[in-house]
Amino acid sequence: MMETKGLNKVGLIFEKIDPREVLTKAYNMSSGEVIQNILDSGLKGRGGAGFPTGLKWKYAGAEKEKEKYIVCNADEGEPGTFKDREILDKVAYKVYGGMAIAGKAIGAKNGIVYLRAEYKFLLPQLMKELEVFHKLIDEIGFDFKIRFCLGSGAYICGEESALFESIQGDRGEPRNKPPYPTSSGVFGKPTSINNVETLVSAMMIIMHGPASYSQLGTKDSRGSKVFSVSGDTPTPGIFELELGMSVQEFVNEFGDGDTKAVQVGGASGFCVPRKKFQNAIIGFEGVPTGGSMKLFNSSRSMYNVLHNYLDFFAEESCGQCTPCRVGCQQLLKGVEKVKKGEAKSTYLNELVKLADTMKIASKCGLGQSVGNAFRTIVENFREEIIY
Amino acid sequence: MYQVGNLVKKLSDKHGRKRESLIPILQDIVEKHNYLTDEAMVEVAKELEISAAEVYGTASFYTFLDTQVRGKYVIRVCKTITCSMKGKEEIVQILEDMLKIKVGETTSDRNFSLIETNCIGWCHKAPAMLINEIPYTELTPEKVVEIIKGYLH
Repeated sequence: MMETKGLNKVGLIFEKIDPREVLTKAYNMSSGEVIQNILDSGLKGRGGAGFPTGLKWKYAGAEKEKEKYIVCNADEGEPGTFKDREILDKVAYKVYGGMAIAGKAIGAKNGIVYLRAEYKFLLPQLMKELEVFHKLIDEIGFDFKIRFCLGSGAYICGEESALFESIQGDRGEPRNKPPYPTSSGVFGKPTSINNVETLVSAMMIIMHGPASYSQLGTKDSRGSKVFSVSGDTPTPGIFELELGMSVQEFVNEFGDGDTKAVQVGGASGFCVPRKKFQNAIIGFEGVPTGGSMKLFNSSRSMYNVLHNYLDFFAEESCGQCTPCRVGCQQLLKGVEKVKKGEAKSTYLNELVKLADTMKIASKCGLGQSVGNAFRTIVENFREEIIY
Repeated sequence: MYQVGNLVKKLSDKHGRKRESLIPILQDIVEKHNYLTDEAMVEVAKELEISAAEVYGTASFYTFLDTQVRGKYVIRVCKTITCSMKGKEEIVQILEDMLKIKVGETTSDRNFSLIETNCIGWCHKAPAMLINEIPYTELTPEKVVEIIKGYLH
């Protein structure tokens, strides 16, 4: 039996705090101390990719360039993720606080929040809170200003370099990497781009200290995480949980008694079938997630789930690189053919190879991750795709 | 068609005439006139001193920068998995019946456009839709009738 942390609810992200106290503490630290705190906490990016936040800040901080940027990625578009909206709605001042602290760490004076178009309704309230926040950090002594940049409905703009292109007024097409954002990000300047939740976590680490934060979670997945729970569950919603639980423990809490699969990490994540619940850890050592947790019960057709995801990717692929543009369309057509009996079931093996090729050959994370859901759904629910 | 020259000048004064001003200008035109006409895009190109193809190329990349006719109220029904599992089809059906248009179309009085969209971040309260920027969640056909009635008056 594998050892897990069990399911523990945590209240860090939405905890009401006095921002003045935490920001004053951060202001009185050196940049190096701030970065060391985040490094020691073990915090990894909460948007899904899981890059160590402290390292990102360290790299951006080491750049000699005078003009640097902090970008908050609020282009939350992964199907099944809605925690960033809730965080912005409830504790925007902590997102701003995290940005100011990141600014202090890397030596940036400008912050940009890239907010997805679908969340535009939040903007008036966010602007009001920003005004209050600017006044507060002025009083403390920070030389830092935040502005908003609104998206226009493109999933790909959640990819960091596509997001920069969008801020710069261009089509949101991902760039080649390297150079990485920490040396050449928005406007070609050193940039730390962090997810909404990551920034709040960073502020809480400064407040409580890295030691207390890193007590939560596991060696590979420190801390807690906000999960967006939806699908066949009696209790859909937003829950902050300690990292390190198994999918089984998650299903025991959120399932409807008939859960046959959990899609961890959204359309670009992994499908975990019932027989693997027990041995799948939710975290970077097992199945990683930016927060999206979708439960499916036995009344659902996994063909429909897969078809819906492929349709999503075929529409949202930016079209720039061939493996992703053509690959998404062919995977979609391919499963339709198999379902209709126009292609043999062995054709699925060819499609899995195509998805694997996309993983290697696509330019960015979108095309590279289509194969995650494809492979895990086709492997575990092959009969449902064919018949 | 709408007169757009003055608006584009005004918006360029507000947002600037740099490349990064382009999307905010286009967003504001869409907010005021629901979509981007060819004429509007040509005016923006002149004002920012870039080619019209650059403007169209950028606008057409983004689903919220519509380059085809849209009504005053753009209804975007989420079609991603959870909304789809929780009754999206019924929602689309009642909207089509009420507005007498199909998905992708605009009413002849140009009041409403009905389109389907990808995940809008309300999966826990599915099915969901946006009307312009306002989200409506936990929809039922009855609820949709009431919401649309509110827009008809």
